[in-house]
Amino acid sequence: MTEIALTVGTHSVLERASLDKLFAALSKRGFRLVGPTVRDGAIVYDELKSAADLPVGWTDEQKGGTYRLKSRNDGAVFGYTAGPHSWKKFLHPPAVRLWQADRADGAFEIKEEKPDAQKTAFIGVRSCDLHAIAVQDKVFLNGRYLDPYYQARRENSFIAAINCSQAGGTCFCVSMGTGPKAASGFDLALTEIREQERHYFVAEVGTELGAEILAELPHREVEGHEKAAADETVAKTAQAMGRQMDTTNIKELLYQNYEHPRWDQVAGRCLTCANCTMVCPTCFCTTVEDVTDLKGEHAERWQKWDSCFTRDFSYIHGGSIRATPKTRYRQWMTHKLATWIDQFGTSGCVGCGRCITWCPVGIDITEEVRAIREAPQSPKGSPTGDKHGNT
Amino acid sequence: MVPRPHTVRRVWQETHDTFTLELAPAAGDGAAPSSFAPGQFNMLYAFGVGEAAISISGDPARPERLVHTIRAVGATTKALARLRRGDTVGIRGPFGSQWPLGEAAGRDIVIIAGGIGLAPLRPVVYHVLQNRQNYGNVVLLYGARSPGDLLYAKELEQWRGRFDLEVQVAVDRAPATWRGTVGVVTNFIPRARFDPSEAVAMICGPEIMMRFAVQGIEELEMKSESIYISMERNMKCAVGFCGHCQFGPAFICKDGPVFSYESVRALLNIRGI
Amino acid sequence: METLERILAAHPFFSGMEERYIQLLVGCASNVRFDAGQYIFRAEEEANLFYLIRQGKVALEAFGPERGPIVILTLEQGDVLGWSWLIPPHRYKFDARVVEFTRAIALDGTCLRKKSEENHDLGYEFMKRFSQLMARALQATRLQLLNVYELNP
Repeated sequence: MTEIALTVGTHSVLERASLDKLFAALSKRGFRLVGPTVRDGAIVYDELKSAADLPVGWTDEQKGGTYRLKSRNDGAVFGYTAGPHSWKKFLHPPAVRLWQADRADGAFEIKEEKPDAQKTAFIGVRSCDLHAIAVQDKVFLNGRYLDPYYQARRENSFIAAINCSQAGGTCFCVSMGTGPKAASGFDLALTEIREQERHYFVAEVGTELGAEILAELPHREVEGHEKAAADETVAKTAQAMGRQMDTTNIKELLYQNYEHPRWDQVAGRCLTCANCTMVCPTCFCTTVEDVTDLKGEHAERWQKWDSCFTRDFSYIHGGSIRATPKTRYRQWMTHKLATWIDQFGTSGCVGCGRCITWCPVGIDITEEVRAIREAPQSPKGSPTGDKHGNT
Repeated sequence: MVPRPHTVRRVWQETHDTFTLELAPAAGDGAAPSSFAPGQFNMLYAFGVGEAAISISGDPARPERLVHTIRAVGATTKALARLRRGDTVGIRGPFGSQWPLGEAAGRDIVIIAGGIGLAPLRPVVYHVLQNRQNYGNVVLLYGARSPGDLLYAKELEQWRGRFDLEVQVAVDRAPATWRGTVGVVTNFIPRARFDPSEAVAMICGPEIMMRFAVQGIEELEMKSESIYISMERNMKCAVGFCGHCQFGPAFICKDGPVFSYESVRALLNIRGI
Repeated sequence: METLERILAAHPFFSGMEERYIQLLVGCASNVRFDAGQYIFRAEEEANLFYLIRQGKVALEAFGPERGPIVILTLEQGDVLGWSWLIPPHRYKFDARVVEFTRAIALDGTCLRKKSEENHDLGYEFMKRFSQLMARALQATRLQLLNVYELNP
């Protein structure tokens, strides 16, 4: 092994057998390990004990409304794409207690919840999801207000990214400019290479912490052909996207098409089940629930994931603003692809394809954009082609 | 992010379903009362029940008297309606944008309020009357359903008695004993004493009423960038995190509730946005 | 002392109307005043007059035996009271009760109808003004009908 100076941007080689040592090094530093594992017929993100918990020898097959787990015989560790979970499950959890209050003598006192200091290492974060984390950073950290709970979780996180070695049937990160290669936002980024005789990772250092961790593992300087193999892996993935979306002027396109007949058509299929918002790695909406104990002396406030697909989401006294599936689907898609840009300076879609895979009726956001783009709404109504006004 | 306990100092019943709370920071809460700008709102927490976004309707020069006028229509506001002197309520805020009192300096002001929409505009009236020399003609046009639904009736009478403020009140329906105006508040617009080419309009009320008011003002060829409205949507967090109050690209909680009409005009015409 | 002609020309209803028409109209106009509580007209009476209100307040009312008088609208300085003179069968539909001492110009509908038939240009000027008035009244009535201040109207 040659000793090299590990600095941000350098590439090294980490043998497959050393993956366990990465886990051990992170554990030793007090990180809880979180990553992909097989459960309930899907690859989910959960706490891992060791690299043995990773979905070795598994892959997935995805298309609109379909997700299937399949075994593979090449021993690949990261040979699959995005599953139903995203990292927001840990960084922006589904249910969080914000504070508790106790009442005595007509008055009450409020105890604020302390930010979570648990250090967590996220292993196997794909480029689309790195972008999704960056998007949520903008929501919770970069505005006028700052979410201290989210901030604590982010500051205590270590990210080991994985560059995608294959594309899923519903993936379109290339269209969104969010992958498949991890460009930033990671401590370490791995590319998995399987050659006839060898199985190794090319590891790129993203931060000083990443360099420190890598320095503790057996590693060596990358050779030209290894770096080339890594680049080729990612390039092949980029060529194999299952979906595409033309994002040219997409904000203007959607702003000009609030009344497009396509919204009615998609609403005819949409079950407003909210699956797309639950699996979406950027959807951040929450509601709050105020609860009390039976005596009414102790109260708590919980923040829980919410979805713009529910009727209650837009309720104000008198009724719901978005009372129809059409207005709710339109809100979701227009928010994701258009208003998000005005709100946070970035698209809310990272092209992970989860909303397509997990939609029970297979509604495809790329298809919806295409339909609107192909027949944009005329500002003066649709031409009927009938000069006599008989239609 | 966490409500500060406040003590109820006084409660007034304004109409059959609307009441006003005067609050002060609870004893033991060392912090000074939060100052606020006219148009801003607080989140009021009723213990164990929930939070509601309520505009601040008191005097911005006297932040130690925190005043909220509330219509009891949902679980939280009905719980707030049960509060009595000495009870505790949680407060987060103030949040949101403000009425353009700086921009209005030296100009005429036309305030158009409908129903409970007078509550977020009352701080404007207080501010203007305390700084009367800074403004031109000031007109308050107020519409409500019936004489019994008028907020702040005593104050309206006092204001009407002033020589430096034009107050016009209209109700949609009234018994024959009502000596005031019956009709829509927008009828006052063409005859109120303000210079449309110079004035700033501040409008708050039900969205339909605001739309008619804007139409009435634009008929006078007032510049639409001088028209401001206050919007309302579902609110949970008040800081732009929960997503509920989105109105197109805007978050009502942090970009609003007060918007220049110009900035939201196109959105107001899209149903279910 | 203002002449009737100048008073007519100054009322918003006639704003912009050519002087020659105003001169034609003066013969149909007269100055009137009403005390609070007086009825200017009542529903079902023959509608021969309409009023340009110069000062005061008038309530347009309907009367229900079980509900008493119901105020639909109040009219004030600058407003026009009554258009039934224009539309057959020329009968008032509501009561006009004076809320505050009111001064007005009464215009004789029979006289105006006759002059308008003789001079369609004058008639057109009248129709333009009344159609605006009626459209505004209809819009305002629709807004009242919407009952916007109720949460669940």
